[in-house]
Amino acid sequence: MSRRIPVTELTPDFRGRAEEALADGQLRNNFRVAMDSLMSKRANAFQDADEREGLRELGNRIKAGALSHLPDLLEQLEQTLTANGVKVHWAETLEEANTLVHGIIEARQGRQVVKGKSMVSEEMEMNDYLAERGIECLESDMGEYIVQLDNEKPSHIIMPAIHKNARQVSKLFHDKLGEPETEDVNQLIQVGRRTLRQKFMDADVGVSGVNFAIAETGTLLLVENEGNGRMSTTVPPVHIAVTGIEKVVANLRDVVPLVSLLTRSALGQPITTYVNLISGPRKPDELDGPEEVHLVLLDNGRSGAFADAQMRQTLNCIRCGACMNHCPVYTRVGGHTYGEVYPGPIGKIITPHMAGLDNVPDHPSASSLCGACGDVCPVKIPIPELLQRLRQENVKSPEQPQQVKGGGAKFSRTERWIWRGWQTLNTRPTLYRSFLWAATRFRALSPKKAGPWTENHSAPVPARRSLHDLAAEHLNQKGGRPS
Amino acid sequence: MSARANILGKLRNSLAGTTPRPDEFDERLVTEPWRYASENRITRLRSLMEAVQTEVHLCCSDNWPELVAGLLAERGITNLLCAPGKEHGRALQTHFEATEQNVRLMAYDRPVEAWKEELFRNVDASLTGTVGGIAATGTLVLWPDRHEPRLMSLVPPVHIALLKASEIHDNLYDMMVAQDWAAGLPTNVLLVSGPSKTADIEQVLAYGAHGPRELIVLVLEDV
Amino acid sequence: MSELFYDAAPNATRVAPGRKPQRVYPDKPEAVTLFGTCVVDLFFPEAGLDAIRLLEREGIRVEFPQEQSCCGQPAWTSGYREEARAVARAQLDILDRSGLPVVVPSGSCAGMFRHHYQALFADQPDMLKRVQALAERTFELTEFLLYVCKVQLTDNGAPRKIALHTSCSARREMNTHLHARELLKQLGRVERVDHDHESECCGFGGTFSVRMPEVSGAMVKDKTRSLLDSGAIEMVTADGGCLMNINGSLEKQREAFRGRHLASFLWERSNVPGKGGVA
Repeated sequence: MSRRIPVTELTPDFRGRAEEALADGQLRNNFRVAMDSLMSKRANAFQDADEREGLRELGNRIKAGALSHLPDLLEQLEQTLTANGVKVHWAETLEEANTLVHGIIEARQGRQVVKGKSMVSEEMEMNDYLAERGIECLESDMGEYIVQLDNEKPSHIIMPAIHKNARQVSKLFHDKLGEPETEDVNQLIQVGRRTLRQKFMDADVGVSGVNFAIAETGTLLLVENEGNGRMSTTVPPVHIAVTGIEKVVANLRDVVPLVSLLTRSALGQPITTYVNLISGPRKPDELDGPEEVHLVLLDNGRSGAFADAQMRQTLNCIRCGACMNHCPVYTRVGGHTYGEVYPGPIGKIITPHMAGLDNVPDHPSASSLCGACGDVCPVKIPIPELLQRLRQENVKSPEQPQQVKGGGAKFSRTERWIWRGWQTLNTRPTLYRSFLWAATRFRALSPKKAGPWTENHSAPVPARRSLHDLAAEHLNQKGGRPS
Repeated sequence: MSARANILGKLRNSLAGTTPRPDEFDERLVTEPWRYASENRITRLRSLMEAVQTEVHLCCSDNWPELVAGLLAERGITNLLCAPGKEHGRALQTHFEATEQNVRLMAYDRPVEAWKEELFRNVDASLTGTVGGIAATGTLVLWPDRHEPRLMSLVPPVHIALLKASEIHDNLYDMMVAQDWAAGLPTNVLLVSGPSKTADIEQVLAYGAHGPRELIVLVLEDV
Repeated sequence: MSELFYDAAPNATRVAPGRKPQRVYPDKPEAVTLFGTCVVDLFFPEAGLDAIRLLEREGIRVEFPQEQSCCGQPAWTSGYREEARAVARAQLDILDRSGLPVVVPSGSCAGMFRHHYQALFADQPDMLKRVQALAERTFELTEFLLYVCKVQLTDNGAPRKIALHTSCSARREMNTHLHARELLKQLGRVERVDHDHESECCGFGGTFSVRMPEVSGAMVKDKTRSLLDSGAIEMVTADGGCLMNINGSLEKQREAFRGRHLASFLWERSNVPGKGGVA
């Protein structure tokens, strides 16, 4: 993906960015504190393990059920939304989606857009696309607003500005808005409130994402705490919702467990302050609400993930962020290190289909496969299993059929030979035992440097005798029967 | 080929030869853990809402207007947006006139475009009804209409909501079923569970982000 | 595996497997096979020997097939499926020969047998049967001691404060995260102290530690810091990989604090020299 918004100057590769992030004590502390707090909030919100597991299973089945007839559901959604007066648009690519959005705004001669939080619009880099065409597109979620003001990208899908502390926000507001410096969070929020209220009034168009699109009733459901989502979807005369094709669910009742899973997993809240169900534009006898409501359904690689039954499971995602909150890698390197719209474990498994594995070749490796992400995923996406799958795709040779966009990015003939050698060693018992014999006997000759391992560890020195050796001796003495 | 045809075509192609999964919804999972004895519903709703800085008052259908007058006086609020087209709006009006309250009652009686500036700048509080509440999550449910449009519960800094005790449901699922939401929804349905808030800076909770700073719930115990 | 799919079509939409019921443990067998694991084999052989001693003290005959090598995990987690498969098949052939229950003194290698072999051979029905049978009879050492042997340990050591590190595989794949705690509880004079972020990964992750040394290094630094701050005298763990990672980092940092394998710790505390016929 092109990166038109200049984020702070970052090195191009994951490891380089990780190194920079790890050296930033402030950043690491900001993330550690925030992730610890989010983890304990989630734990408190799911105190009954049986209830939690039952609900996760239900969430998984609802999403899988929806995906198992996704094309039909999308058509049904289009039909019910259309009947409700919502215009439905389809976009295969980011460019198509941006063109559609721009077209809708142009038709109303819109110049100012105010945006609720939407990760799909981040995929589209909509702010930038519209800015280049003379349209101001302003973020209204407090975190997104802060990030946009600093010319950055979100570092977390739920808490976009979590990498900043109050002092940094204060300085930003001072530099960019001329506000007096204060580390009082309440005062900082009031700055945002004042500025953005004016923008809500002035905006020609409101843009939002969608948490769940309900096919049965033709309804777009949005969750939020701040009220900016309601403002963006209610005050301006036009509302454009942008969402991925995987967000559709069959029935209205499906959102009951899904919303509960979403808000409890994301923030530990039983429910967000607002759940906003939009089923159409303002009716003739109504006094507010947008005159036009549009929904842009975006593919951007999703149908590619869908084509692979194993990777299709990535489309269960309800964007709660719990996987990143619980990820020991994300906690240490922060969201910007991933260099893409979606960071953390979920980013690692969905980005390859959007950007191509060759653009994020280090993503699958950036995991100890500890499994914390899969454990907490509210819709039970087997994230570690999918990371493992992507590692296989990553090292495929060019001669093998590529099943993931940009696969084979990490293919190396040398590495494959090393693993072949490893295979030979471990499938030939005599050879393996000779290796043990040599490694233990000549342990004094073990190299003092063992590649990257010795950056963090002392050089590994084999024991004096192997277990093979000790066990044989022990079992012989015992009169056991070593085979 | 249109984007629509391409997308649907690709998806269909990927599902070739498979059958849709059966509907496995299990309503017990979203109802059984969230059941309350009728005498506990208010307590549950109240404790959850108070935990997110909502003021909850128990009152009756004949004394709530008096309580509203007191709440406004406490805050020095001299204007209130309420719906004269609704029974509760008329009750309030009658009471305020009879007791000569120094509060200007305003009505949302024109399209928002006709008074946007005034709504955003000069309205200090609003009062709306609700179509019910949810004990499990401490939630009010609003179905905005012509008399009480969508922004009435969002723009004024103080929002007062009336909730009939008899309309508090155990959980969202029960409420959807009881009111048959699937048969047809209004253009906008809102679940409101506290005043507007954010934790976007350092995860410090701050109220009054973009919507009301204060949410006051009047639970009418006798209806 | 079959429950993963709603219908037979390979392109069918998958659902997550249902919750696994609590594992039902068999009666104590007469004999078991010890799968030593390659890390223990080369770096912590005493731990493997102590595992054998612990099992023998429970009256179990232990076999240690000399043909065994590695479970295949390094290649599998690195994306080299074919190479992993070849090594896995070799181990299967060896372990199937006696068909005895397999005890593994390492959570991640036990997890490999119990879970990942099924993924490795998902497309080979004949292998899948053997793999499933192996999964059924594979036990991590702590669960085997606790629930199959129903071991009762007597503590013969001096009072000692220790920290326990549980590997992510033990915690999440084997569900044996409480077993080591239970075993340590049997040792009256051992006090287990919690350490900060105890449930967090130590940063090893097999080849992750050399592919992403920056991130892995930060993780193990944090882990060793919290162990050092815990007030414990030493750390025990039932996983060779974590042990190698944590000890290697401690040594690099020139800290005197060390971890050791749980099997060695249990044996040392509960063994009465001269009794039981093993030294």
